[in-house]
Amino acid sequence: MEYLNIIFQEVYKILFLLVPVLVSVAMIVWLDRRVWAFVQKRQGPNVVGPFGLLQSLADALKYIFKEIIIPASSNKVVFILAPIVTMTLALIAWAVIPFSETQVLADINVGILYLFAVSSLGVYGIIMGGWASNSKYPFLGSIRSAAQMVSYEVSIGIIIINVLLCVGSLNLKDIVLAQQDLWFVIPLFPMFVIFFISALAETNRPPFDLPEAEAELVAGYQTEYSGMMYAMFWLGEYANILLMCAIGAILFLGGWLSPLEIYPFNLIPGAIWLILKILLLFFLFALVKAIVPRYRYDQLMRLGWKIFLPFSLTWVVLTASYLFYFNLLPIN
Amino acid sequence: MKFSRFLKTILMVDFLVGLFIAVKELFKSKKTINYPFEKGKISPRFRGEHALRRYPNGEERCIACKLCEAVCPAQAITIESSEREDGSRKTTRYDIDMMKCIYCGLCEESCPVDAIVQGPNFEFSTETREELYYTKEKLLDNGDRWENILAANIKADNPYR
Repeated sequence: MEYLNIIFQEVYKILFLLVPVLVSVAMIVWLDRRVWAFVQKRQGPNVVGPFGLLQSLADALKYIFKEIIIPASSNKVVFILAPIVTMTLALIAWAVIPFSETQVLADINVGILYLFAVSSLGVYGIIMGGWASNSKYPFLGSIRSAAQMVSYEVSIGIIIINVLLCVGSLNLKDIVLAQQDLWFVIPLFPMFVIFFISALAETNRPPFDLPEAEAELVAGYQTEYSGMMYAMFWLGEYANILLMCAIGAILFLGGWLSPLEIYPFNLIPGAIWLILKILLLFFLFALVKAIVPRYRYDQLMRLGWKIFLPFSLTWVVLTASYLFYFNLLPIN
Repeated sequence: MKFSRFLKTILMVDFLVGLFIAVKELFKSKKTINYPFEKGKISPRFRGEHALRRYPNGEERCIACKLCEAVCPAQAITIESSEREDGSRKTTRYDIDMMKCIYCGLCEESCPVDAIVQGPNFEFSTETREELYYTKEKLLDNGDRWENILAANIKADNPYR
Protein backbone atom coordinates (compact mmCIF):
# COMPACT_ATOMS: atom_id res chain seq x y z
CA MET A 1 0.00 0.00 0.00
CA GLU A 2 2.74 2.40 0.94
CA TYR A 3 4.50 1.48 -2.26
CA LEU A 4 1.42 2.50 -4.28
CA ASN A 5 1.25 5.77 -2.39
CA ILE A 6 4.77 6.68 -3.37
CA ILE A 7 4.07 5.85 -7.00
CA PHE A 8 0.93 8.00 -7.00
CA GLN A 9 2.81 10.88 -5.46
CA GLU A 10 5.41 10.72 -8.18
CA VAL A 11 2.74 10.48 -10.87
CA TYR A 12 1.03 13.58 -9.48
CA LYS A 13 4.33 15.44 -9.56
CA ILE A 14 4.97 14.38 -13.15
CA LEU A 15 1.47 15.39 -14.23
CA PHE A 16 1.85 18.70 -12.45
CA LEU A 17 4.90 19.35 -14.63
CA LEU A 18 3.76 17.79 -17.91
CA VAL A 19 0.29 19.29 -18.19
CA PRO A 20 1.52 22.89 -17.90
CA VAL A 21 4.28 22.12 -20.38
CA LEU A 22 1.81 20.71 -22.93
CA VAL A 23 -0.58 23.61 -22.44
CA SER A 24 2.22 26.12 -22.84
CA VAL A 25 3.35 24.32 -26.00
CA ALA A 26 -0.14 24.94 -27.42
CA MET A 27 0.03 28.58 -26.34
CA ILE A 28 3.51 28.99 -27.75
CA VAL A 29 2.39 27.79 -31.18
CA TRP A 30 -0.23 30.52 -31.08
CA LEU A 31 2.34 33.10 -29.97
CA ASP A 32 4.68 32.02 -32.75
CA ARG A 33 2.05 32.39 -35.45
CA ARG A 34 0.81 35.64 -34.00
CA VAL A 35 4.26 37.29 -33.83
CA TRP A 36 5.03 36.04 -37.31
CA ALA A 37 1.78 37.53 -38.60
CA PHE A 38 2.28 40.84 -36.80
CA VAL A 39 5.74 41.36 -38.25
CA GLN A 40 4.23 40.79 -41.70
CA LYS A 41 1.33 43.14 -40.81
CA ARG A 42 -1.24 40.35 -40.86
CA GLN A 43 -3.83 39.51 -38.20
CA GLY A 44 -2.76 35.95 -37.40
CA PRO A 45 -5.09 33.50 -35.68
CA ASN A 46 -7.60 35.64 -33.76
CA VAL A 47 -10.98 33.92 -33.97
CA VAL A 48 -10.97 30.90 -31.62
CA GLY A 49 -11.20 32.07 -28.01
CA PRO A 50 -9.92 35.41 -26.72
CA PHE A 51 -7.32 36.75 -29.19
CA GLY A 52 -7.38 33.32 -30.84
CA LEU A 53 -5.64 31.78 -27.82
CA LEU A 54 -7.47 28.48 -28.27
CA GLN A 55 -6.46 28.12 -31.91
CA SER A 56 -3.97 25.35 -31.13
CA LEU A 57 -6.59 23.39 -29.22
CA ALA A 58 -8.95 23.67 -32.19
CA ASP A 59 -6.16 22.47 -34.46
CA ALA A 60 -5.41 19.56 -32.15
CA LEU A 61 -9.08 18.60 -32.16
CA LYS A 62 -9.08 18.67 -35.93
CA TYR A 63 -5.98 16.45 -36.07
CA ILE A 64 -7.56 13.92 -33.73
CA PHE A 65 -10.50 13.44 -36.08
CA LYS A 66 -8.33 13.13 -39.19
CA GLU A 67 -7.53 9.75 -40.63
CA ILE A 68 -4.06 8.40 -39.95
CA ILE A 69 -2.63 7.19 -43.24
CA ILE A 70 0.19 4.65 -43.08
CA PRO A 71 1.89 4.16 -46.45
CA ALA A 72 1.78 0.58 -47.72
CA SER A 73 5.51 0.45 -48.34
CA SER A 74 6.49 1.89 -44.98
CA ASN A 75 8.00 0.03 -42.07
CA LYS A 76 4.90 0.23 -39.90
CA VAL A 77 6.39 -0.25 -36.45
CA VAL A 78 9.13 2.33 -36.93
CA PHE A 79 6.74 4.64 -38.74
CA ILE A 80 4.40 4.73 -35.77
CA LEU A 81 7.23 4.83 -33.26
CA ALA A 82 8.92 7.90 -34.76
CA PRO A 83 6.49 10.64 -33.63
CA ILE A 84 6.15 8.96 -30.25
CA VAL A 85 9.92 9.01 -29.79
CA THR A 86 10.13 12.65 -30.84
CA MET A 87 7.46 13.77 -28.43
CA THR A 88 8.57 11.62 -25.51
CA LEU A 89 12.15 12.82 -25.77
CA ALA A 90 11.02 16.42 -25.92
CA LEU A 91 8.97 15.94 -22.76
CA ILE A 92 11.24 13.82 -20.55
CA ALA A 93 13.96 16.46 -20.71
CA TRP A 94 11.75 18.77 -18.63
CA ALA A 95 12.30 16.53 -15.60
CA VAL A 96 15.56 18.22 -14.68
CA ILE A 97 14.61 21.86 -15.36
CA PRO A 98 14.61 23.66 -11.99
CA PHE A 99 11.82 26.20 -11.57
CA SER A 100 13.19 27.33 -8.22
CA GLU A 101 15.55 26.06 -5.57
CA THR A 102 13.03 23.43 -4.45
CA GLN A 103 10.73 23.02 -7.44
CA VAL A 104 12.53 20.45 -9.53
CA LEU A 105 11.25 16.99 -10.42
CA ALA A 106 14.60 15.18 -10.59
CA ASP A 107 17.47 17.00 -8.93
CA ILE A 108 20.28 14.94 -10.43
CA ASN A 109 23.93 15.88 -10.26
CA VAL A 110 24.56 15.47 -13.99
CA GLY A 111 21.52 17.47 -15.04
CA ILE A 112 23.19 19.25 -17.90
CA LEU A 113 24.60 15.99 -19.28
CA TYR A 114 21.14 14.47 -19.10
CA LEU A 115 19.70 17.39 -21.05
CA PHE A 116 22.45 17.13 -23.61
CA ALA A 117 21.96 13.39 -24.01
CA VAL A 118 18.20 13.68 -24.42
CA SER A 119 18.42 16.47 -26.93
CA SER A 120 20.98 14.46 -28.90
CA LEU A 121 18.60 11.52 -28.97
CA GLY A 122 15.97 13.81 -30.49
CA VAL A 123 17.47 13.28 -33.91
CA TYR A 124 16.42 9.60 -33.78
CA GLY A 125 12.74 10.45 -34.05
CA ILE A 126 13.43 12.36 -37.22
CA ILE A 127 15.69 9.73 -38.77
CA MET A 128 13.22 7.00 -37.94
CA GLY A 129 10.36 8.98 -39.43
CA GLY A 130 12.29 9.72 -42.61
CA TRP A 131 13.57 6.21 -43.08
CA ALA A 132 10.36 4.36 -42.23
CA SER A 133 8.32 6.46 -44.66
CA ASN A 134 10.18 4.72 -47.50
CA SER A 135 9.85 7.71 -49.80
CA LYS A 136 12.30 10.18 -51.34
CA TYR A 137 11.51 13.48 -49.69
CA PRO A 138 11.25 12.27 -46.10
CA PHE A 139 14.48 10.36 -46.56
CA LEU A 140 16.43 13.35 -47.89
CA GLY A 141 14.87 15.57 -45.23
CA SER A 142 15.87 13.26 -42.42
CA ILE A 143 19.42 12.90 -43.73
CA ARG A 144 19.79 16.66 -43.81
CA SER A 145 18.28 16.99 -40.39
CA ALA A 146 20.58 14.38 -38.89
CA ALA A 147 23.70 16.04 -40.30
CA GLN A 148 22.52 19.45 -39.18
CA MET A 149 21.62 18.46 -35.64
CA VAL A 150 24.86 16.57 -35.14
CA SER A 151 26.96 19.50 -36.38
CA TYR A 152 25.33 22.07 -34.17
CA GLU A 153 25.23 19.81 -31.15
CA VAL A 154 29.03 19.88 -31.16
CA SER A 155 29.17 23.64 -30.79
CA ILE A 156 26.38 23.60 -28.20
CA GLY A 157 28.42 21.06 -26.22
CA ILE A 158 31.45 23.30 -26.28
CA ILE A 159 29.38 26.34 -25.27
CA ILE A 160 28.09 24.34 -22.32
CA ILE A 161 31.72 23.56 -21.39
CA ASN A 162 32.30 27.30 -21.26
CA VAL A 163 29.53 27.72 -18.72
CA LEU A 164 30.61 24.67 -16.75
CA LEU A 165 34.12 26.10 -16.45
CA CYS A 166 32.65 29.07 -14.62
CA VAL A 167 30.38 26.95 -12.41
CA GLY A 168 32.33 23.84 -11.51
CA SER A 169 29.24 21.62 -11.32
CA LEU A 170 26.95 19.74 -13.70
CA ASN A 171 23.90 20.29 -11.51
CA LEU A 172 21.46 22.76 -13.06
CA LYS A 173 20.65 24.25 -9.65
CA ASP A 174 24.32 24.98 -9.04
CA ILE A 175 24.55 26.55 -12.48
CA VAL A 176 21.74 28.93 -11.64
CA LEU A 177 23.03 29.69 -8.15
CA ALA A 178 26.48 30.49 -9.57
CA GLN A 179 24.86 33.38 -11.45
CA GLN A 180 23.62 35.16 -8.33
CA ASP A 181 26.14 37.99 -8.71
CA LEU A 182 26.38 38.14 -12.48
CA TRP A 183 24.40 36.38 -15.16
CA PHE A 184 26.62 34.50 -17.57
CA VAL A 185 25.09 36.39 -20.47
CA ILE A 186 27.37 39.33 -19.64
CA PRO A 187 30.84 37.72 -19.40
CA LEU A 188 30.02 35.06 -21.99
CA PHE A 189 27.96 37.20 -24.36
CA PRO A 190 29.47 35.86 -27.62
CA MET A 191 28.75 32.34 -26.38
CA PHE A 192 25.15 33.33 -25.71
CA VAL A 193 24.75 34.55 -29.29
CA ILE A 194 26.26 31.36 -30.68
CA PHE A 195 24.13 29.27 -28.36
CA PHE A 196 21.03 31.06 -29.59
CA ILE A 197 21.90 30.48 -33.24
CA SER A 198 22.85 26.86 -32.61
CA ALA A 199 19.56 26.38 -30.78
CA LEU A 200 17.78 27.62 -33.89
CA ALA A 201 19.64 25.03 -35.95
CA GLU A 202 19.12 22.31 -33.34
CA THR A 203 15.33 22.78 -33.36
CA ASN A 204 15.10 23.12 -37.16
CA ARG A 205 13.82 26.67 -36.98
CA PRO A 206 14.31 29.22 -39.76
CA PRO A 207 16.86 30.14 -41.09
CA PHE A 208 17.97 26.52 -40.57
CA ASP A 209 14.69 24.77 -41.41
CA LEU A 210 16.31 22.81 -44.24
CA PRO A 211 14.87 19.43 -43.22
CA GLU A 212 11.41 20.71 -44.08
CA ALA A 213 12.30 23.18 -46.82
CA GLU A 214 8.96 23.32 -48.63
CA ALA A 215 10.38 24.42 -51.93
CA GLU A 216 12.67 21.42 -52.28
CA LEU A 217 11.45 18.71 -49.96
CA VAL A 218 7.66 19.16 -49.67
CA ALA A 219 7.62 18.82 -45.87
CA GLY A 220 10.79 16.83 -45.25
CA TYR A 221 10.47 13.95 -42.83
CA GLN A 222 6.84 14.85 -42.08
CA THR A 223 5.65 14.38 -45.65
CA GLU A 224 4.00 10.98 -45.19
CA TYR A 225 2.52 11.73 -41.79
CA SER A 226 -1.08 12.73 -41.21
CA GLY A 227 -3.55 13.24 -38.43
CA MET A 228 -2.48 12.87 -34.83
CA MET A 229 0.94 11.49 -35.79
CA TYR A 230 1.77 14.70 -37.59
CA ALA A 231 0.43 16.69 -34.65
CA MET A 232 2.73 14.74 -32.34
CA PHE A 233 5.69 15.67 -34.51
CA TRP A 234 4.98 19.34 -34.20
CA LEU A 235 4.10 19.08 -30.55
CA GLY A 236 7.52 17.51 -30.05
CA GLU A 237 9.13 20.17 -32.19
CA TYR A 238 7.65 23.03 -30.20
CA ALA A 239 8.32 21.29 -26.88
CA ASN A 240 11.94 21.07 -28.04
CA ILE A 241 12.01 24.77 -28.89
CA LEU A 242 10.61 25.58 -25.47
CA LEU A 243 13.22 23.31 -23.93
CA MET A 244 16.06 25.03 -25.78
CA CYS A 245 14.72 28.38 -24.54
CA ALA A 246 14.64 26.99 -21.01
CA ILE A 247 18.23 25.73 -21.30
CA GLY A 248 19.29 29.12 -22.61
CA ALA A 249 17.53 30.85 -19.73
CA ILE A 250 19.20 28.58 -17.18
CA LEU A 251 22.69 28.67 -18.66
CA PHE A 252 22.89 32.36 -19.46
CA LEU A 253 19.98 34.33 -18.04
CA GLY A 254 20.15 33.19 -14.44
CA GLY A 255 17.25 30.71 -14.43
CA TRP A 256 14.76 31.52 -11.70
CA LEU A 257 16.79 34.41 -10.24
CA SER A 258 15.20 37.83 -10.41
CA PRO A 259 17.20 40.43 -12.35
CA LEU A 260 17.48 42.75 -9.33
CA GLU A 261 17.48 41.61 -5.72
CA ILE A 262 15.41 44.57 -4.55
CA TYR A 263 11.94 45.03 -3.13
CA PRO A 264 9.28 44.66 -5.87
CA PHE A 265 11.27 42.13 -7.89
CA ASN A 266 12.13 39.56 -5.24
CA LEU A 267 8.47 39.16 -4.27
CA ILE A 268 7.73 37.47 -7.61
CA PRO A 269 8.26 33.71 -7.34
CA GLY A 270 11.22 32.20 -9.18
CA ALA A 271 9.08 30.07 -11.51
CA ILE A 272 7.50 33.23 -12.94
CA TRP A 273 10.92 34.71 -13.64
CA LEU A 274 12.02 31.56 -15.42
CA ILE A 275 8.84 31.54 -17.52
CA LEU A 276 9.34 35.21 -18.40
CA LYS A 277 12.90 34.52 -19.50
CA ILE A 278 11.79 31.53 -21.57
CA LEU A 279 9.13 33.69 -23.18
CA LEU A 280 11.66 36.42 -23.97
CA LEU A 281 13.90 33.90 -25.71
CA PHE A 282 10.97 32.38 -27.54
CA PHE A 283 9.88 35.82 -28.69
CA LEU A 284 13.32 36.19 -30.25
CA PHE A 285 12.91 32.77 -31.89
CA ALA A 286 9.60 33.91 -33.39
CA LEU A 287 11.02 37.24 -34.58
CA VAL A 288 13.96 35.52 -36.25
CA LYS A 289 11.56 33.22 -38.08
CA ALA A 290 9.84 36.27 -39.52
CA ILE A 291 12.91 38.12 -40.78
CA VAL A 292 15.45 35.65 -42.15
CA PRO A 293 15.62 33.69 -45.41
CA ARG A 294 16.62 30.02 -45.43
CA TYR A 295 20.30 29.02 -45.52
CA ARG A 296 21.70 26.92 -48.32
CA TYR A 297 22.90 23.53 -47.12
CA ASP A 298 26.63 24.13 -47.67
CA GLN A 299 26.34 27.53 -45.94
CA LEU A 300 24.75 25.82 -42.99
CA MET A 301 27.55 23.29 -42.72
CA ARG A 302 30.21 25.97 -43.18
CA LEU A 303 28.71 28.07 -40.41
CA GLY A 304 28.57 25.11 -38.06
CA TRP A 305 31.97 23.54 -38.60
CA LYS A 306 34.18 26.37 -39.83
CA ILE A 307 32.95 29.29 -37.75
CA PHE A 308 31.02 28.24 -34.65
CA LEU A 309 33.17 25.28 -33.71
CA PRO A 310 36.60 27.04 -33.86
CA PHE A 311 35.17 30.18 -32.29
CA SER A 312 33.62 28.41 -29.32
CA LEU A 313 36.73 26.25 -28.90
CA THR A 314 38.89 29.37 -28.79
CA TRP A 315 36.55 30.84 -26.25
CA VAL A 316 36.90 27.76 -24.06
CA VAL A 317 40.67 28.28 -24.04
CA LEU A 318 40.22 31.99 -23.31
CA THR A 319 37.80 31.38 -20.47
CA ALA A 320 39.93 28.65 -18.97
CA SER A 321 43.11 30.75 -19.17
CA TYR A 322 41.38 33.77 -17.69
CA LEU A 323 39.94 31.79 -14.79
CA PHE A 324 43.27 30.04 -14.20
CA TYR A 325 45.37 33.19 -14.37
CA PHE A 326 43.20 35.17 -11.97
CA ASN A 327 42.75 32.14 -9.75
CA LEU A 328 38.96 32.15 -10.14
CA LEU A 329 38.55 28.47 -10.92
CA PRO A 330 35.57 27.11 -8.97
CA ILE A 331 37.22 24.14 -7.26
CA ASN A 332 35.29 22.64 -4.43
CA MET B 1 36.71 47.51 -47.27
CA LYS B 2 37.26 43.90 -46.42
CA PHE B 3 37.83 44.68 -42.76
CA SER B 4 34.63 46.68 -42.45
CA ARG B 5 32.76 43.80 -44.03
CA PHE B 6 34.36 41.42 -41.54
CA LEU B 7 33.27 43.64 -38.66
CA LYS B 8 29.78 43.85 -40.09
CA THR B 9 29.54 40.07 -40.27
CA ILE B 10 30.94 39.35 -36.84
CA LEU B 11 28.76 41.96 -35.12
CA MET B 12 25.74 40.80 -37.16
CA VAL B 13 24.86 44.38 -38.04
CA ASP B 14 22.46 43.47 -40.84
CA PHE B 15 20.69 40.93 -38.68
CA LEU B 16 20.25 43.41 -35.83
CA VAL B 17 18.93 46.05 -38.22
CA GLY B 18 16.45 43.50 -39.51
CA LEU B 19 15.43 42.61 -35.98
CA PHE B 20 14.89 46.29 -35.19
CA ILE B 21 12.72 46.74 -38.28
CA ALA B 22 10.72 43.64 -37.35
CA VAL B 23 10.04 45.03 -33.87
CA LYS B 24 9.00 48.35 -35.40
CA GLU B 25 6.59 46.63 -37.81
CA LEU B 26 5.14 44.70 -34.89
CA PHE B 27 3.31 47.79 -33.64
CA LYS B 28 2.12 49.18 -36.96
CA SER B 29 -1.47 48.84 -38.11
CA LYS B 30 -2.40 45.68 -39.98
CA LYS B 31 -2.78 45.71 -43.73
CA THR B 32 -5.16 42.75 -43.89
CA ILE B 33 -8.82 42.87 -42.89
CA ASN B 34 -10.54 40.59 -40.42
CA TYR B 35 -12.43 38.84 -43.21
CA PRO B 36 -15.59 37.16 -42.02
CA PHE B 37 -16.28 40.09 -39.70
CA GLU B 38 -15.25 42.93 -41.97
CA LYS B 39 -15.19 42.89 -45.73
CA GLY B 40 -13.32 44.76 -48.38
CA LYS B 41 -14.94 47.39 -50.59
CA ILE B 42 -16.52 46.02 -53.77
CA SER B 43 -16.80 47.96 -57.02
CA PRO B 44 -20.31 48.61 -58.45
CA ARG B 45 -19.17 46.62 -61.47
CA PHE B 46 -18.38 43.55 -59.38
CA ARG B 47 -19.60 40.37 -61.09
CA GLY B 48 -20.85 38.08 -58.36
CA GLU B 49 -23.96 35.96 -57.90
CA HIS B 50 -26.67 36.38 -60.53
CA ALA B 51 -30.12 37.85 -59.88
CA LEU B 52 -33.28 38.49 -61.90
CA ARG B 53 -34.78 41.89 -61.17
CA ARG B 54 -38.37 43.10 -61.09
CA TYR B 55 -40.02 46.40 -61.91
CA PRO B 56 -41.16 48.43 -58.91
CA ASN B 57 -44.73 47.20 -59.45
CA GLY B 58 -43.59 43.60 -59.02
CA GLU B 59 -43.61 42.62 -62.71
CA GLU B 60 -40.61 40.60 -63.94
CA ARG B 61 -38.28 42.60 -66.11
CA CYS B 62 -37.22 39.65 -68.26
CA ILE B 63 -38.92 39.59 -71.67
CA ALA B 64 -37.44 36.24 -72.74
CA CYS B 65 -35.47 37.72 -75.64
CA LYS B 66 -32.83 35.05 -75.05
CA LEU B 67 -29.94 37.42 -75.81
CA CYS B 68 -28.17 36.29 -72.66
CA GLU B 69 -28.63 32.65 -73.59
CA ALA B 70 -27.16 33.36 -76.99
CA VAL B 71 -24.21 35.39 -75.77
CA CYS B 72 -23.25 33.15 -72.88
CA PRO B 73 -19.82 31.74 -73.81
CA ALA B 74 -20.12 28.88 -71.35
CA GLN B 75 -23.70 28.08 -72.42
CA ALA B 76 -24.72 28.09 -68.81
CA ILE B 77 -28.12 29.71 -69.34
CA THR B 78 -31.24 27.80 -70.44
CA ILE B 79 -34.44 29.72 -71.21
CA GLU B 80 -37.89 28.53 -72.23
CA SER B 81 -40.71 30.97 -72.86
CA SER B 82 -44.42 31.13 -73.66
CA GLU B 83 -47.17 33.71 -74.03
CA ARG B 84 -48.96 34.73 -70.88
CA GLU B 85 -52.78 35.32 -70.69
CA ASP B 86 -52.27 39.09 -71.02
CA GLY B 87 -50.35 38.54 -74.28
CA SER B 88 -46.86 39.38 -72.97
CA ARG B 89 -43.94 37.07 -73.59
CA LYS B 90 -42.44 35.77 -70.35
CA THR B 91 -40.03 33.02 -69.38
CA THR B 92 -41.37 29.75 -68.05
CA ARG B 93 -37.91 28.55 -67.25
CA TYR B 94 -34.71 30.47 -66.57
CA ASP B 95 -31.89 28.26 -65.36
CA ILE B 96 -28.26 29.12 -64.78
CA ASP B 97 -25.75 26.40 -64.16
CA MET B 98 -23.49 28.27 -61.75
CA MET B 99 -20.73 25.73 -62.20
CA LYS B 100 -20.54 26.31 -65.94
CA CYS B 101 -20.72 30.07 -65.49
CA ILE B 102 -17.42 31.88 -65.86
CA TYR B 103 -18.69 35.17 -64.41
CA CYS B 104 -17.76 37.13 -67.54
CA GLY B 105 -20.73 39.51 -67.24
CA LEU B 106 -21.82 39.24 -70.90
CA CYS B 107 -25.39 38.30 -69.92
CA GLU B 108 -25.63 41.48 -67.90
CA GLU B 109 -24.16 43.51 -70.79
CA SER B 110 -26.52 42.04 -73.35
CA CYS B 111 -29.74 42.42 -71.37
CA PRO B 112 -31.87 45.22 -72.90
CA VAL B 113 -34.05 45.64 -69.79
CA ASP B 114 -31.47 45.20 -66.99
CA ALA B 115 -33.25 42.04 -65.88
CA ILE B 116 -30.34 39.63 -65.39
CA VAL B 117 -27.59 41.24 -63.34
CA GLN B 118 -24.61 40.08 -61.35
CA GLY B 119 -24.75 41.30 -57.80
CA PRO B 120 -22.15 41.97 -55.13
CA ASN B 121 -22.62 38.62 -53.37
CA PHE B 122 -19.65 36.29 -53.70
CA GLU B 123 -20.34 34.05 -50.73
CA PHE B 124 -22.71 31.46 -52.12
CA SER B 125 -20.66 28.29 -51.92
CA THR B 126 -22.67 25.15 -51.28
CA GLU B 127 -22.00 21.64 -50.12
CA THR B 128 -23.63 19.90 -53.08
CA ARG B 129 -23.55 20.40 -56.81
CA GLU B 130 -27.33 20.40 -57.12
CA GLU B 131 -27.67 23.56 -55.08
CA LEU B 132 -25.71 25.43 -57.73
CA TYR B 133 -28.22 24.75 -60.53
CA TYR B 134 -30.06 28.03 -60.11
CA THR B 135 -33.70 28.15 -61.17
CA LYS B 136 -35.93 31.10 -62.00
CA GLU B 137 -37.38 31.17 -58.47
CA LYS B 138 -33.95 31.28 -56.91
CA LEU B 139 -32.80 34.04 -59.26
CA LEU B 140 -35.93 36.15 -58.68
CA ASP B 141 -35.52 35.61 -54.96
CA ASN B 142 -31.94 36.86 -55.24
CA GLY B 143 -33.22 39.88 -57.13
CA ASP B 144 -35.71 40.70 -54.40
CA ARG B 145 -33.11 40.27 -51.70
CA TRP B 146 -30.41 42.42 -53.28
CA GLU B 147 -32.61 44.92 -55.17
CA ASN B 148 -31.47 48.01 -53.22
CA ILE B 149 -27.81 47.37 -53.86
CA LEU B 150 -28.36 46.21 -57.45
CA ALA B 151 -30.26 49.37 -58.35
CA ALA B 152 -27.67 51.56 -56.66
CA ASN B 153 -24.85 49.77 -58.49
CA ILE B 154 -26.48 50.19 -61.90
CA LYS B 155 -27.02 53.87 -61.16
CA ALA B 156 -23.42 54.34 -60.00
CA ASP B 157 -22.03 52.65 -63.10
CA ASN B 158 -24.40 54.42 -65.53
CA PRO B 159 -22.20 57.48 -66.35
CA TYR B 160 -19.41 55.21 -67.63
CA ARG B 161 -21.54 53.20 -70.08
